[in-house]
Amino acid sequence: MGIIVGKETKAIVQGITGTQGSFHTKLMLEYGTKIVAGTTPGKGGTTIHGVPVYDTVEEALEKHEANASIIFVPAPFAADAAMEALENGIKTVVMITEHIPIKDAINVMAYARQVGATIIGPNTPGIITPGECKLGIMPAHIFKPGKVGMVSRSGTLTYEIAAGLTKKQLGQSTCVGLGGDPVVGLSFIDVLKLFEKDSQTEAVALIGEIGGNLEELTAEYIAKEKYPKPVVAFIAGRTAPPGKRMGHAGAIIMGRAGTAETKIEAFKRAGVEVADKPSDVAAILERMLKR
Amino acid sequence: MKLLEYEAKEILAKYGVPTPKGGLATNATEARKIAQTLKPPVVVKAQVPVAGRGKAGGILFAESAEEVEKVAEKLLHTQIKGIPVRSVWIEEKVNAEMELYFGMTVDRLNKTYVVIGSTEGGMEIEEVAQKTPEKVLRFPVNPLYGFRPYHARQMAKRMGYSGSKLSTLANIFYGLYRAGIDYDAELIEMNPLVETSEGNFVAVDARIIVDDNALFRHPEYRERPLEGEFSPQEIEAAKNDLAYVKLDGDIGVIGNGAGLVMATLDAIQLYGGKPANFLDVGGGAPSDKIMAALRIVLSDPNVKALFINILGGITRCDEVARGVLQAKEKLGINKPMVIRLVGTNEEEGRRILAEVGIQVLDSMEEAARQVVEIVRRL
Repeated sequence: MGIIVGKETKAIVQGITGTQGSFHTKLMLEYGTKIVAGTTPGKGGTTIHGVPVYDTVEEALEKHEANASIIFVPAPFAADAAMEALENGIKTVVMITEHIPIKDAINVMAYARQVGATIIGPNTPGIITPGECKLGIMPAHIFKPGKVGMVSRSGTLTYEIAAGLTKKQLGQSTCVGLGGDPVVGLSFIDVLKLFEKDSQTEAVALIGEIGGNLEELTAEYIAKEKYPKPVVAFIAGRTAPPGKRMGHAGAIIMGRAGTAETKIEAFKRAGVEVADKPSDVAAILERMLKR
Repeated sequence: MKLLEYEAKEILAKYGVPTPKGGLATNATEARKIAQTLKPPVVVKAQVPVAGRGKAGGILFAESAEEVEKVAEKLLHTQIKGIPVRSVWIEEKVNAEMELYFGMTVDRLNKTYVVIGSTEGGMEIEEVAQKTPEKVLRFPVNPLYGFRPYHARQMAKRMGYSGSKLSTLANIFYGLYRAGIDYDAELIEMNPLVETSEGNFVAVDARIIVDDNALFRHPEYRERPLEGEFSPQEIEAAKNDLAYVKLDGDIGVIGNGAGLVMATLDAIQLYGGKPANFLDVGGGAPSDKIMAALRIVLSDPNVKALFINILGGITRCDEVARGVLQAKEKLGINKPMVIRLVGTNEEEGRRILAEVGIQVLDSMEEAARQVVEIVRRL
C-alpha cells in the first residue's frame, strides 16, 4: 500500500541522458521501480540502462504505458518538461530539479490543478514506498517497509530520521519529500489526508523547517479535524536568523513570519508532540505505537 | 537579488508608473550638479538594499544644491546597517496628501502571486496587516489568466477611488504587476505611492527583489558582484556553489543538505553551544568542494572548533574524508574537529581519517554534544 506511488507505478524519466538522470535511473531500476521509457530531446532512438529514449513525451507514451514521470531536466527547462508530462496525461510528476524560478513553478502548479495531477517538488528528493517503488534520489538502503508515513521539506534530514525509524523496526509506509522551494505541489495537509486513508500507515512523522506558514496551518488542521493517527513533528531552524535563506529557497524567515518557534508552538497547541532532536522522532513514535 | 531603489524606480517608470524627478550620484560634485537641475527642496537617499533606511539615517533633506553636496558627501562616507553607501539618489520632494501601498509577492499557500493594496502606505505593510488587517486588500492572482486591468480597477475602487483618479491608479497598479512578472519579482512594491496635493500619484519609494533562480533570464543583474549585504564568506561561498550563512557563535559547521545542517545548528544550541555559521555543501560534493567549505568556515576568526556532519546518500563519505585530509595538509588546520560520517562508502571514509588520527562518530547528536564540550573546555 502506501500513497501516491506503489507496485502499479510505471514511470518515464525526463532528462534521462544527463548525468543525474542516467545515474538515478540505474539506481531506481535496481530498486525495482518500473521505468518504461525516458526522454531527452535530440537523443531519441538510443537506450540508457536498457531503457528506450525518446525525443518527446508524446512519442514515449505512444509506445509505452506510463502513469508517472520523474524530471531531472535543468532548471531553465524543467517547467516546460513538467507541462509536457501534464499535457500528455501523466498524473504524478516528481520534479527533482533545484533552482526552478518561482514564476515557472506557479505556472506548473496552476496547470496541474486544472488537469487534476499531483506534483511532487520541485527541489525534492522524491517519493518512496519502500519495497514497492522509488521515484527519487534517496539512498534506498535507509528505508524499510513499515508503518510510519513520512512527509518532509528536506532531503538529508529525512534520511536521518528515516534511518532512525528503520533501526527501531518501525519502517515507513511512504516517504514524501515536499521540496525545499517556496512553491511546491503538495502541502503537509494534502499528504496527511492521503495517509489518513492508507491502511498501512499507523502514524506520521512530519518534518518541517523555517519559512512560510504551512506548518502552522497544518497544526490548525490536525486540531480542527481531530486527525485520527498519531503525528510527531520535527522543525529545523531554531537557530536561523531572519532574512537569510538557509540553503533551501523556501527556508527564510521574513520579518517575524516563518520562525521555528511559531511552528513548534502551533503544533504543541494542536496536541502534536514535537521532537527536540531528530533521533527523538523514532523514540516518540515507538512509544506511541506500543500503546 | 535585491535591486536598489533607483533601479526599481527605473523599471517601474518603463511601465508607466510616475516617479519623482531625480538622478544618481556616486560623489558629492555629481550630487550638486544633479540638484541644480531639480526644484528644491530635494531628498538625498542612500542607495543600499535594506528596508528601514529612513530610520537608519539613510534619507536626508536639502534646500539647495550646496546643501545637497554636503549631505551627499556625508552619506557617501557612512554605512547603513553595516552596508557602505556607494551611491545616492537625489530627487524632488513630493507633497503627500495621502500615502498608499501597492505591491505583489508570492503566496506560498495558494501557489500563486498575491497583489496587495492598502490606503495605509508609508509603514511596513506587515505592521499594517497586524494592527489593522481590514486596511490591507489581498488579491490572489489566477496564474492562468493573470492580473487584468479590470482587477486593477476593482482594487482602486475598493481603496475608495473613483472618476479619473480610479483610471490613473488602476494603470499604475497594472504597470506594477506587469513589471513584477516580467522581472521575475519575488517582491515588488511601491511604498509609499503618494497622492499629491495636486491629485497626482507618484511612487516615492520602490523595492524589487528578483528571484535568484530566474537570473538566467535577467543577465543584466546576473553578473553583478555581490557586496554590501553579504559577508566575505558568503560571497566566497556563492562562488563555490555552497550555501553559507554567517552566525555569531564559535563552532564552525559543515554538513550536507539544508535541513540536516539546520538541525545540526539546533543540536549544538540544544547542548549549550553556539554555531558560527550554516554551510550546506549540497549533494554529491567532491573532495575539493569539501576543502573549499573548510577554507571558508575557517576564514571566520570566531571559529574555535569544527563540526562536520555528513549523512551520505549521493554524497560519498570517502570524498568527504579526502577533502578533510587535503584541507588539513594545505590549510594546516590546527583547530579541534569533530566529524560525524555515515552512509555511502562510510568504511573507506573512516579508514582515511583514522590513518591521520581523526576519530569519526556515528550519531550527530553525540557529535554535537562533544564539540560543545570541547569548546567549553578551551
